[in-house]
Amino acid sequence: MSTPEQRKFVGRISGQSIFALAFLGFSAFLLSQIGQETKWVKKTAFFAQPRFWPAIGLGGMVLFGGLHLWRLPRRRPQRSDMNEARIWAQPLEYALWFIAYVLLVPRLGYLPVTMAFVPLMLWRMGYRRAPILWAGVGFGVVVVVLFKAVLQVKIPGAAVYEYLPGGLRSFFILNF
Amino acid sequence: MDVFLASIEILMRWDVILALLTGSVGGVLIGAIPGVGPAVAIAILLPATFSMDPIVGLTVLLGIYGSSMYGGAIPAILINTPGTAVNALTTYDGFPMTSRGEARRALSLAYSASFFGGVFSVLCLILFAPVLARIAPMFGSREIFLAALLGIILVVTAHRRQTLIAAALACFGIFINSIGMEAVKYTKRYTFDQAFLSSGINLIVVVLGLFALSQAFYLLQGEDEKNRITKLKGGLFQGLRELGRHPRVATVSASFGVLMGMIPGVGEFTAQFLSYTYAQKTSKRPEDFGHGSSEGLIAAETSNNAVPAAAMVPLLALGIPGEALTAMMLSVFYVHNVVPGPQLFQNDMPFVVALYLSLLLLNVLVLLFLLFATNHLIKVVKLPNRFLGVCILTLSFVGVYSLRNSVTDCIIAAVFGLIGFVLKRLSLPSVPIILGMVLGGIMEVKLRAGMARVKSPLDFIDRPIAFILFVMILGVLALHFRRVWLDRKELREEKWAIKHASTRFEAHLSRRRNFLLTERGKQVRARRSMLSRPSTDKN
Repeated sequence: MSTPEQRKFVGRISGQSIFALAFLGFSAFLLSQIGQETKWVKKTAFFAQPRFWPAIGLGGMVLFGGLHLWRLPRRRPQRSDMNEARIWAQPLEYALWFIAYVLLVPRLGYLPVTMAFVPLMLWRMGYRRAPILWAGVGFGVVVVVLFKAVLQVKIPGAAVYEYLPGGLRSFFILNF
Repeated sequence: MDVFLASIEILMRWDVILALLTGSVGGVLIGAIPGVGPAVAIAILLPATFSMDPIVGLTVLLGIYGSSMYGGAIPAILINTPGTAVNALTTYDGFPMTSRGEARRALSLAYSASFFGGVFSVLCLILFAPVLARIAPMFGSREIFLAALLGIILVVTAHRRQTLIAAALACFGIFINSIGMEAVKYTKRYTFDQAFLSSGINLIVVVLGLFALSQAFYLLQGEDEKNRITKLKGGLFQGLRELGRHPRVATVSASFGVLMGMIPGVGEFTAQFLSYTYAQKTSKRPEDFGHGSSEGLIAAETSNNAVPAAAMVPLLALGIPGEALTAMMLSVFYVHNVVPGPQLFQNDMPFVVALYLSLLLLNVLVLLFLLFATNHLIKVVKLPNRFLGVCILTLSFVGVYSLRNSVTDCIIAAVFGLIGFVLKRLSLPSVPIILGMVLGGIMEVKLRAGMARVKSPLDFIDRPIAFILFVMILGVLALHFRRVWLDRKELREEKWAIKHASTRFEAHLSRRRNFLLTERGKQVRARRSMLSRPSTDKN
């Protein structure tokens, strides 16, 4: 049975204590480094010191983070908190997919990598039907054409485009 | 009149008109897809708008901001899932109407109410602009610092029952903003001798991580939902007539939207809460609220649509964003060297009026679009969550990478995406981080400039506006502590209510007496009397 504190608590309780402990630990570590990582400049007003605002930020993080931890319905991590922490690790895989996509674009080109990335990612997410995978390819093409060719956002041409013949090379570098 | 004509001239360009169309239609589409929301779309599109004229870029972003709530009403009414967070209240009365076969009426009413709210707020602000232009120059460094401080306090205290963690996250934002080379004394702050940290952490990278990537991760990690959509038959014009039967609710709700929108950190939720409560209390049929009341739907939709135009006031007049979306728009101003604040109102009033007029036009365009295209639009509500997640992940790349073509930025964004995912899982707010970053930067600059001209701390508030702002800060804090005290009292009462033993003083004394009269009680008393010092009383 839940306590009144747990009932009044906004959001999921599992994982809160781990997050609060990690946040407090991280803040306390950063605050302990303030002497090395910031400077106290002589003949400068207190409010204009380069150390002033990091101290405000970190001091607040430690103070309010500590109070948040103290006011939690339960502070000692339990099995349910560990299960929640395991769920937090799941998107690491998607973050790695994203980084791989970022690393491949300057080498293989925005258009080819996007056309491959979207259906591959959809396949990984469990979609197997051809129309959805083709919709993914279409989405990739639309994104590249819209942002690179039409809106001209700054995405460099790929290294692989250097091997294309003359006119096609510059066309691909500019648009895809 | 000259200002008005000059602003019309700014708007009469093909690229501005195209931006209006793209922003309005795009915003409705984004709003109609549950799980995307305007914050994700604005974060992704932000770098793309940097190459546009400020008016064009801002029109696109404002279009998305202003029209997403129209679109958000569609899934809220049809499938009981708000398209954007601020449409949550729409589900209370919208979905019950759909359940009893009145989906068309509910949608039509929501569009009409949203249109009224949007137009009302823009007209109010156009009329209010000359007053703002007179007040804005009275804001110097100290006033802007105090206004930013007030904004950050309001944002933190707006998160009821989460104030402590909201404050901690706002301080985290202030800290992130201070990383890198300090601009006045040229000293490094928290760079850990890493070259990539010397230039600091870019706001847009953090925004994209916290809003776009975290949302993509959240959708990818979840399951697809199956939605059944009700088919709509007939026109959607009846809502305009029905809205005309509730002018008082519509006007009061729109006024709440305008007022709450202007106060940093307060925004749509408070405006909706106040409007809905007012509408329910003054209604002839308060029992209908939550069960498909047309007044409830009008109150919710009018007030939330009145906010976007009003939220531009602190941004344009003082350069202080009140929430995450306007904080993102601030970066568009900075990129183009247009400094929002008192000078903007003095030197470029046509630009300000043009922005408001574009919002007005936007509302008309969106209403027309929705009246004719809703039947086709409801198909986007059915897009599977994980498909959307893949789309957002792909689009996030454009947002982060096109900024500086930096892989490091993408890694930092991915880290913030993971932080945002954890915050989402725990229902903790990520907006204080963004506002901490933006307002922290403003406070640092303005405090340094303001303190240079004061001799004692009291001189800081010796000007009327500074003093008013200071009193407002004290007032907000006092109100907040009162609410915390009331919450704690309520919690204590609830605890007492479920306690098995009575907590009355007489009952406590009675239990004590009963215990002392038992054999064990007598033994304990005798043992304790041996330990206590003998009495020195004579008698």
